[in-house]
Amino acid sequence: MSIYLYILVMALTTYLIRALPLTIFRGRIKNRFVRSFLAYVPCACLAAMTFPAILYATDSVVSGAIGLVAAIGLAFWGKSLVTVAACSCLAVYLTELALRFL
Amino acid sequence: MGKVTIVKHKDYLAGLKASLPVFIGYFSVSFGFGALAVTKGLKALEAALISLTNVTSAGQFAGLAVIAAGGPMIDMILTQLVINSRYALMSLALGQKMGKRFGLGLRLLTAFYNTDEIFALAMAKEAPLTVPYMLGLGALPIVGWTGGTLLGALAGSLLPDSIATALGVALYGMFVAIVVPQAKRSRPILAAVALAMGLACLFRWVPFLSDVSEGLAIVIVTVLAATVCALLFPLPEEEDEVAV
Repeated sequence: MSIYLYILVMALTTYLIRALPLTIFRGRIKNRFVRSFLAYVPCACLAAMTFPAILYATDSVVSGAIGLVAAIGLAFWGKSLVTVAACSCLAVYLTELALRFL
Repeated sequence: MGKVTIVKHKDYLAGLKASLPVFIGYFSVSFGFGALAVTKGLKALEAALISLTNVTSAGQFAGLAVIAAGGPMIDMILTQLVINSRYALMSLALGQKMGKRFGLGLRLLTAFYNTDEIFALAMAKEAPLTVPYMLGLGALPIVGWTGGTLLGALAGSLLPDSIATALGVALYGMFVAIVVPQAKRSRPILAAVALAMGLACLFRWVPFLSDVSEGLAIVIVTVLAATVCALLFPLPEEEDEVAV
């Protein structure tokens, strides 16, 4: 089968999943439960994607955990997105460097 | 330049700036995707075309597997549906935040790049989400995602593994930076976060539950955590902006 056909089907499926809810429900949802539910979706979803996945995103669970702790600490301290993300990467890099010498 | 134009300009630039960590994170993750695609027999431009038209990580890796195996088209559709179904939930929440400012055309356009990260940034914006800001959020990540894929496909072995691995956590770091301040301010949000992480652990470590694909697990966990919190801590009646 042509690779371009695969790419077309893949892109179309992904796009429809994103576009349909965004275009069909254009009005303001009044229902209190649905509004509350949607208010909790972003943080719940991000939390579910981050933990425990971050522990397995690096070469060792230890460096992933240290990257996570560094990010939480800096974010709690009110640092910006860029700073938190960069320091988290740096923490992982340094930890893995250190682990190699242990 | 009129005053309105300047404000729009500022909003667009603010969106670009906010998306900088996403750009960096996408670049490194898509670099890996490009490198992998070449080993599966794709040409560099084909890999870049996948990234440009899909703008999604897990879905693309799964799609690549179907292409490499020469699988049936129904496999492609089903994998994408399962892995990417979380976007439907995100689009629903994002649509509420967009309000009347975003007409059908703008919604069709921005839906294209409603990724986990851009969604997170859009929802984290405290002031009402404006059109220029939303457009600004998309530009760099799309360039980073496609460009990273192309470079990865052309020169996959040039970036040292240690740096590639470290850059891989950039997106998680950004998620943390978005969630923590909100959880700090609001107990119900903190509860939703804790519940979601606990459930996600179950789906990772408990036998049978861990057989559920990651994409589907995220949807189930999100729906459960958001439902429980919506029942326990409903928003006050008739609030104008969605902000807990």
